[in-house]
Amino acid sequence: MSDIKLPIYFDYSATTPVDQRVADAMIQCMTVDGNFGNPASRSHAFGWNSEEAVETARGHVAALINADPREIVWTSGATESDNLAIKGVAHFYKKNGKHIITCKTEHKAVLDTCRQLEREGYEVTYLDPEPSGLIDHNKLKDAMRDDTILVSIMHVNNEIGIIQDIAAIGELCRERKIIFHVDAAQSAGKVDIDLQQMKVDLMSFSAHKIYGPKGIGALYVRRKPRIRLEAQIHGGGHERGMRSGTLATHQIVGMGEAFRIAKQEMQTENDRIMKLRNRLWNGFKDMEEVYLNGDFEHRTAGNLNVSFNFVEGESLIMALKDIAVSSGSACTSASLEPSYVLRALGRSDELAHSSLRFTIGRYTTEAEIDYTIELVKRAVNKLRDLSPLWDMFKEGIDLNSVEWAAH
Amino acid sequence: MPVYLDNNATTALDPRVLDAMLPFLKDIHGNPSSVHRYGRLTRNAVEHARMQVAQLVAASPEQVIFTSGGTEANNLAILGSLSNKQPSQLAISAIEHASVTEPARTLTRQGWELDYINVDADGRLDEDSFRSTVSDQTALLSVMLANNETGSLQPVQELAQQLADKQLLFHSDASQVAGKLAINFTDLGIDMMTLSSHKFYGPQGAGALIAKRSIELEPVIHGGGQERGLRNGTENIPAIVGFGAAAELARLELEQNSQHSEILKQQLLSELNRIQGLTLFSQLHESLPNTIQFALENFDGEALLMYLDKQGIAVSSGSACHSQAGAPSHVLLAMGVSPELAKNAIRVSFGKNNQTDDVSVFIKALKEITLSSPQSMCAG
Repeated sequence: MSDIKLPIYFDYSATTPVDQRVADAMIQCMTVDGNFGNPASRSHAFGWNSEEAVETARGHVAALINADPREIVWTSGATESDNLAIKGVAHFYKKNGKHIITCKTEHKAVLDTCRQLEREGYEVTYLDPEPSGLIDHNKLKDAMRDDTILVSIMHVNNEIGIIQDIAAIGELCRERKIIFHVDAAQSAGKVDIDLQQMKVDLMSFSAHKIYGPKGIGALYVRRKPRIRLEAQIHGGGHERGMRSGTLATHQIVGMGEAFRIAKQEMQTENDRIMKLRNRLWNGFKDMEEVYLNGDFEHRTAGNLNVSFNFVEGESLIMALKDIAVSSGSACTSASLEPSYVLRALGRSDELAHSSLRFTIGRYTTEAEIDYTIELVKRAVNKLRDLSPLWDMFKEGIDLNSVEWAAH
Repeated sequence: MPVYLDNNATTALDPRVLDAMLPFLKDIHGNPSSVHRYGRLTRNAVEHARMQVAQLVAASPEQVIFTSGGTEANNLAILGSLSNKQPSQLAISAIEHASVTEPARTLTRQGWELDYINVDADGRLDEDSFRSTVSDQTALLSVMLANNETGSLQPVQELAQQLADKQLLFHSDASQVAGKLAINFTDLGIDMMTLSSHKFYGPQGAGALIAKRSIELEPVIHGGGQERGLRNGTENIPAIVGFGAAAELARLELEQNSQHSEILKQQLLSELNRIQGLTLFSQLHESLPNTIQFALENFDGEALLMYLDKQGIAVSSGSACHSQAGAPSHVLLAMGVSPELAKNAIRVSFGKNNQTDDVSVFIKALKEITLSSPQSMCAG
């Protein structure tokens, strides 16, 4: 075990390390001996070289998702992409209607943006997912109205790794001429995306979830049929007016390289990661009172979200200092609220509170998995030994029937 | 070796800044919102950078809101401070960057009245125009600290003093001043100020809005709660760390960089003054120590830029963001320069990597072309 570097990183859905090849490509575009120019500079070679690097990267991003490079708009990240897609459509198409459909398990970048639109007078339907995490397409159909302008459903959920059938949802939307936005921050490089086949109109991407740098993302904006957007950040008219601001060449080049590598290595990487994930689950699943959150089949290779009943998630994380995991998404893990995603699946507060999200990635090893299984088992058993609830459970008391006295 | 004289468009990253960034590109890869050790290391790095940026402009760290750059910071200042208010009037100078003008223009669709304050022939804000434009109805005033094309400094502190008893919010885009001249946010007496990292040897993709805590801002980008909910989305750690490191270097080396630029500028000015038919812009009042904009009669700016590029010299006509439009600069037009002359404008902006030789190379190329006829240049 001496070769294991602690803490072991199991939080690849929060962010990933930058791949060395990506870092090398980025460093070429920063200092005076590299491509440091402003890609908008049209009067000299420094600008043109940067612009060429930006366009090559745009090609790499488009290639992974089988899109036209002209359909890729650079943003500062998936959060901004979600904002631009949802507010951009809502503001541009408001004459067609003011109703939007999304799901309760979306990322905050989508939910908070929808809340903002509600304050502006839009109406938003928040669908409940099934206990598996998947959306019932009939419920989605029932929610669609004549004034529905946009459906926003994520491809892969950040907490439970569930993969929605966006191809089928796309068909439903297209039949009714409703614009369909997909947050693909967690799916690009993990799940096949073919935008020639899928009837998706807008798709959000992040670089730092697939071994690219932070601070850069993209929004896919379909050309045929053409989707129009109202810009959210205004200025010099970069990115055909959809997103103004100096393009950060090194970050764009990093994202391009990350997407290029993902296209090349996705298949073999997924196989390897799935084996590790299954090894981890096999290590936990025979423990008492362990629950897998979300469907097992329709799930990305690297995600394992487990609830250890009668153990408080935050205490468990504190007891597991040697591994870096989260008890929900990074963006909400600083709060002690139980995961709203698990609550939406119908999990009790107790089970939601006792959940851990393990996300496995490019640099996870088998030795790390085995070490972690033992570590978690020990910690769970120790915490349960201290838990009066666990004692009561073991004595056969139905905890739901207990009437707790207030102190 | 090409000569880069376009440092107002962007600067090359300082190698020391790259060194500060590298650990965060390679080893320390956490998400600052995560509670584990990887997350905490990046959180600490963001807070350290916040302090470094605050120190550069004599602000306090809690006044620093990190954004993806100057454009987003300007959008946050204007849209964020006004979108929840009852529409009234906002005033901006006629020479603002598009990242101020455009968000201001979008507000007119929501019922806001947008007025422009004129500048004089030297590119400095016109006092009479200011007095007739800004009133008790004005909710926000935005005047840049220095212009990106001409380099002219604007009397922001004086204006703020005149407005001390007014309710309005005062914003200034200081993107071109940071790292070139000392800035004291508190002494300026304004409410909000924009900074951009890549204008002073930091990385592209990072900027900040410096804002007094009393100002109620609405985020432009929602979701996640980062930057006290004012700028959502996972923080761009390496870029923020680089921004902080660049800010610290800029503060420590301000005097020497500023003097270095000023020497090159004076050297170039003395040469330019000898060229016939050459008009210098904005040289009467104070201007940035590194910026010179001029135009040659009868020499089309675009053709001249292409010629200089072939000689390995990188300059621009004005703003990089406007380079595509081909239209004469709105800044020069606002100064009353004729469209014909404005289209001939060339901007030289020095940086700390430039040397005396760069001035000689530039002057040599310029003299060669001015001695030939404009027609022959266009044909060639």
